[in-house]
Amino acid sequence: MTRYQPRLDTSPPVSDEVRQTTCYMCACRCGIDVHIKDGRVAYIEGNRDHPVNRGVLCAKGSAGIMQHNSPARLRAPLKRVGPRGSGEFEKITWDEALEIATGWLKPLRETDPAKLAFFTGRDQSQSFTGYWAQQFGTPNYAAHGGFCSVNMAAAGIYTMGGSFWEFGQPDWDLTKLFLIFGVAEDHDSNPIKMGIGKLKERGARVIGVNPVRSGYNAVADDWIGITPGTDGLFILSLVHELLRAGRIDLDYLARYTNAPILVNRDSKSPDYGLFLRDDDGKPLVIDRATGALAPFDRPGVQPDLAASHRQGDITHKPVMHLIASRYLQRRYSPEAVAGTCGIAPDKIRRLAAEIARTAFDEEIVLEREWTDFRGERHEVMRGRPVSFHAMRGISAHSNGFQTARALHLLQILLGSVEVPGGFRFKPPYPKPVQAHPTPHCKVTPERPLDGPHLGFPRGPEDLALDEAGNPARIDKAFSWENPLSAHGLMHMVISNAHAGEPYRIDTLFLYMANMAWNSSMNTGGVMEMLTDTDENGDYVIPRIIYSDAYSSEMVAYADLVLPDTTYLERHDCISLLDRPISEADAAADAIRWPVVAADRDVRGFQSVLCDLGARLGLPGFVTADGSAAYADYADYITNHERKPGIGPLAGWRMGKNGLTHGRGAPNPAQLNSYIANGGYFVKPIPPEAAYMKPWNTAYQDWAVKLGLFDAPQPYVFELYSEPLRRFQRAAEGHGARQPPDHLRGQIRAAFDPLPDWYRPLEEAQTDAAAYPLHALTQRPMAMYHSWGSQNAWLRQIHGHNPLYLPTKVWQAHGFAEGDWARVTSPHGEITVPVAHMAALNENTVWTWNAIGKRKGAWALSTEAPEATKGFLLNHLIHELLPERGDGLRWSNSDPVTGQAAWFDLKVAIEKAAPPAESRPGFGAIASPVGRGPAELTWKVGE
Amino acid sequence: MTDLPTTTDRKLGLVIDLDTCVGCHACVVSCKGWNTENYGAPLSDQDPYGADPTGTFLNRVHSYEIQPETGPAQLVHFPKSCLHCEDAPCVTVCPTGASYKRVEDGIVLVNESDCIGCGLCAWACPYGAREMDAAEGVMKKCTLCVDRIYNENLPQEDRVPACVRTCPAGARHFGDLGDPDSDVSRLVAERGGMDLMPEQGTKPVNQYLPPRPRDALEPAGDVDVLAPYLEPVASEARGFIGWLDRALDRLPGGRDGEGP
Amino acid sequence: MHPAPSVIVFTTLSGLGFGLLIWLGAGQPAVTGWTALAFFVIAYLLAAGGLVASTFHLGRPERAPLAFTQWRTSWLSREAWASVAALVVMCLYGAGLVFFGERYAWLGWAGTALSLATVLCTAMIYAQLRTVPRWHSALTPALFLVISLAGGGLLAGQLQAALLLLPLAAALQVAWWWRGDRALARSGTDMGTATGLGARGKVRAFEPPHTGTNYLLREFVHEVGRRHARRLRALTLGLGYLAPALLILLPFAHVWAVVAVALHLTGVAAGRWLFFAEAEHVVGLYYGKR
Repeated sequence: MTRYQPRLDTSPPVSDEVRQTTCYMCACRCGIDVHIKDGRVAYIEGNRDHPVNRGVLCAKGSAGIMQHNSPARLRAPLKRVGPRGSGEFEKITWDEALEIATGWLKPLRETDPAKLAFFTGRDQSQSFTGYWAQQFGTPNYAAHGGFCSVNMAAAGIYTMGGSFWEFGQPDWDLTKLFLIFGVAEDHDSNPIKMGIGKLKERGARVIGVNPVRSGYNAVADDWIGITPGTDGLFILSLVHELLRAGRIDLDYLARYTNAPILVNRDSKSPDYGLFLRDDDGKPLVIDRATGALAPFDRPGVQPDLAASHRQGDITHKPVMHLIASRYLQRRYSPEAVAGTCGIAPDKIRRLAAEIARTAFDEEIVLEREWTDFRGERHEVMRGRPVSFHAMRGISAHSNGFQTARALHLLQILLGSVEVPGGFRFKPPYPKPVQAHPTPHCKVTPERPLDGPHLGFPRGPEDLALDEAGNPARIDKAFSWENPLSAHGLMHMVISNAHAGEPYRIDTLFLYMANMAWNSSMNTGGVMEMLTDTDENGDYVIPRIIYSDAYSSEMVAYADLVLPDTTYLERHDCISLLDRPISEADAAADAIRWPVVAADRDVRGFQSVLCDLGARLGLPGFVTADGSAAYADYADYITNHERKPGIGPLAGWRMGKNGLTHGRGAPNPAQLNSYIANGGYFVKPIPPEAAYMKPWNTAYQDWAVKLGLFDAPQPYVFELYSEPLRRFQRAAEGHGARQPPDHLRGQIRAAFDPLPDWYRPLEEAQTDAAAYPLHALTQRPMAMYHSWGSQNAWLRQIHGHNPLYLPTKVWQAHGFAEGDWARVTSPHGEITVPVAHMAALNENTVWTWNAIGKRKGAWALSTEAPEATKGFLLNHLIHELLPERGDGLRWSNSDPVTGQAAWFDLKVAIEKAAPPAESRPGFGAIASPVGRGPAELTWKVGE
Repeated sequence: MTDLPTTTDRKLGLVIDLDTCVGCHACVVSCKGWNTENYGAPLSDQDPYGADPTGTFLNRVHSYEIQPETGPAQLVHFPKSCLHCEDAPCVTVCPTGASYKRVEDGIVLVNESDCIGCGLCAWACPYGAREMDAAEGVMKKCTLCVDRIYNENLPQEDRVPACVRTCPAGARHFGDLGDPDSDVSRLVAERGGMDLMPEQGTKPVNQYLPPRPRDALEPAGDVDVLAPYLEPVASEARGFIGWLDRALDRLPGGRDGEGP
Repeated sequence: MHPAPSVIVFTTLSGLGFGLLIWLGAGQPAVTGWTALAFFVIAYLLAAGGLVASTFHLGRPERAPLAFTQWRTSWLSREAWASVAALVVMCLYGAGLVFFGERYAWLGWAGTALSLATVLCTAMIYAQLRTVPRWHSALTPALFLVISLAGGGLLAGQLQAALLLLPLAAALQVAWWWRGDRALARSGTDMGTATGLGARGKVRAFEPPHTGTNYLLREFVHEVGRRHARRLRALTLGLGYLAPALLILLPFAHVWAVVAVALHLTGVAAGRWLFFAEAEHVVGLYYGKR
């Protein structure tokens, strides 16, 4: 019999048009195809041609349609009418809003620009916002890197001229063994998943080092459930094993690192611990061919890793000697570290053996000729197919800088950086410290700052201190408390501004940073600081301007709200001057453009800054006749030149003979070219330049041609860091600029020029018996930041978060499903739901990050599970370490970089009677945008 | 008629790699997006911004913890959608003929305009593949993106289900499992693909690839696959420097090596 | 399974209504005229009322007529045909009794057969489901049929028969529970087969796919406290079967019959609530809910 099947149209029209732009549902910057029907967004999928995501798209990206249409979108500029924190506002016009802002900021610029603190959160336009702040003249500018991953970034730059994520990536196509350390589920979202997928496809081995076996660690072939904060020690134990067995790449170390460079070993010498240099300042090595001293980079030199040198009475030893004498010590042996790290000695040995076997017995040889910076021609590119990736799990500790350095040491000893199968940089990286600016902080009323805010100090002379030696910046970045704070310390701004330390400010100007909630430590305390008044009843932080697209918790604490657009309604550029989207095989940048028009009275924040800059008369934002230099951000992107021929976007510039890439004059049609090309620009690296980049003349020349830098800048990796030694030397009492006495000990310990491990600061001060457990957060793959909770689709996946407890704790306290626990730290207490997880380090508890929400925010019902069952660990973490009775404020940060030490948290746990709602609870804030609808039946095209 | 075809021309379905799935929910949301805008009624959400948000999803990712007899616990992410069974009990129970299995490719579909929303098909499905849409009152399920895989308005390479196209880790594969020479069939053969709940007799077309063995580094684990322990060349710095000097001599360009 | 009131009301009432029709078709009691009308009105109120209640759980009740199309494969479709056929045939048969005082026996027997078939179809909707091991048994139609016959007999005043059928129903009910309590474990379906991961170790659900609820959890995952279930089982046995039987044994049994029917109905309703509430759909395994 014939069966009945309905006639089905299997070729329905998909959309009227596809507009290609860049995702902003997290920091990955994938290319997206936005399908438009009837002028509205109908469906979002990955752009197949895009270098970042090659067509794939994560849960957040696909849910962009719900973010773009979120009921929490701000609709017009707002002026506060109720008390701060109430959420009571009145709508005002843009003219009023900009007049208010100009009225507040202009007098500051005329008298003391430092009274403006301008900090941007998950800003993807830092080269622009930084430029604006520089032109305003305030030293107080940074983005959110200080509370994110500056340890990783700075350790990478200081050690090898680049780090993970946007700096570089594993050689996904060739690597045979991949180790991933402390990576939250979303960092770096799609590329890591794609990479792991490639490895899995060919059966390559993945090893996860993480206290929590979820996400990437769940698919890892082996899981090393390390105790938080001990990764550095674990890594150095692997180094110990490899050195003991001589399984290191001597040729690589001799040629491409400072392992052969001679170090002054005379403790009485003023240059103790510094490099032996020639008259030109070039570090010296012994040439193994001649046995004589030679500059490390002289053509033909064969740097000797073994030979010492005596000059006068002073012994100089190569860095390799220092490395051997340090890491062969018994304290780094697997037996010695096993208890601290929570890893069996045999497991460490097996791993070391597996790493060595893969690196040296499975060597990769690519038949590609290349020439190194000493002029030597090489027939092949030789690779060690072991690769690593790490993120906040090792970074967000107060020992994270040295831990990240230790990881780079391991990579470099294996010879697996910038080689086939290893770790590869992405343009504009590799870029050594000497190619980066130093920090600038000189304030002159009505003048721009004397240079860019952020940079990489080479020594104490580069610190941002005033003439009295006090911190010049409100966040105390680049001060003796945290000298290498290359990304600033956003997490200290509100606390310091409230305490008036180092000085008082007038206006706090924030963009896209939820500082009144999940982006702050000590959240309740921060809310109090934001609303605290002085004896006259005036706010201690007098004025707060905030820009956000959505009704976040922070909005309620602003005096003036500048509503931003959604990411589909705006221009942006993801610039090679900033944090571009390059791949290891190509330089690339990208744009966003308004694929749909905003239907509210909102403006892109960067366009607002152009307008505000013009109203304030900032140089660069006005023309000679005083009129606005840029109509909007798109105009800036197209026409701004940072230096002649170099603008925010590298593609389709105007050359002498028509369109060109890299260096060239502004092209009025540049954005159209980007749009026609799918929203991005890619310039592939020639094959002979694709590896060995720091030393490869072909790469160096290519990079100069593209405008990444102005002259070739080959360099060697710094296993031994001289800048660190210079700070340490100052702490030992040498040099003109001296740290305050109370910081000498900390600097001596933390600025070890060789990577080392010390116990995280708060942990070292906390009674381990009273607070026996480590407490962590991870960001779920399907949720980024606090944005996700307004997303009707994503919040069904993660609507509340339990605290996961390991079996040992679960059983010891007799927990059962549905139970709640009181969790205490030296700073606070929370009462929250718990759940059991066996695949977890036995001394660690954890939860998902930023699921908990304040009642009234994000257009959610006040009964939303995010507010009633969800919670933040932030309440347990303070921006300051526990008081030591010395009257000083010790920041809960890495003493090298100022990185917020989120993961140093130690807690105690006990069973608690379930409260009605998770604690602490805060009252509801009034929603300036009302509530979302009761039902969604979404369909654009009918 | 809701009797099942005795054979189908092809057996289109998914192969899901549990060794690779990182549990990111990308497939879940891209499915939600495509099927909200396309085939049939939108996938609705009730109380989307309220205390108890709940909506229709055709694909959901579970996660399971496995405690082996020795070694640490493991975690497996587990995406689940319609398995387009050969003996699909959801089809035969349907009283209206709304549910059917296509003869040409074996896809199990609901003709929404004939569905009375009795829910019996969802009762008959052991996998939880069908969800009643609370706004529309009809049964929704995975269509294997029947409106993508043949869609001439899409480029050829995009004619795959939305979940497969979007999966960042490449843990989802689409193809004809009735053809033993297809890529998906080969993958199933190589990696030991398995049926879910085989005892239910549904003969699912979708296959799951089991996770590869884990934790070979464990001291109690299987050591044979790994390198033996490293042989020490030195136990302290002085001995190491001696070794270093000798090793450098053996390098190309060294005293004992092949000179340049 | 979610104990939906519409389905409990439907199976309880229509089971009783068709039970009464079974007896009426068989000429027990042999009634005509107004008495017959009263019996038939009661039977139709119960049977059709139950059917109407059942449409409340449809998402699209206006399309209900489509449910007649798939009788070749679908027990629900067969139930639709059987119930309508039974009601039509019994309507003609009843008209004969009420208006013409005539008993067309062949029509009556046909009606009885169709009513039995209806109850069987209803039971088979559940019994066919391998996904609910507790239901997937020949005992399920047996229990439904006997309950229907016993209740119908009680209502039809066939007390002798009821006195036999009620204890039989009780016995079947106990047997059904006894089997049902072991059915999931014996079905061979567990978290190991559901995930295919059973051979690797002990499988435990970790995070659910969504933190919120969904259709599957609402419809298929219902957990009944053990004490609550024990009490309801006692209630089912006591009120549904034993008390009516005892009442029949009292003098003036026909007076007590009304009370007996009420108690029986209450007991059967409690049993039906448990029938759903205790039923473990295997999909719950994916949520670690078994």
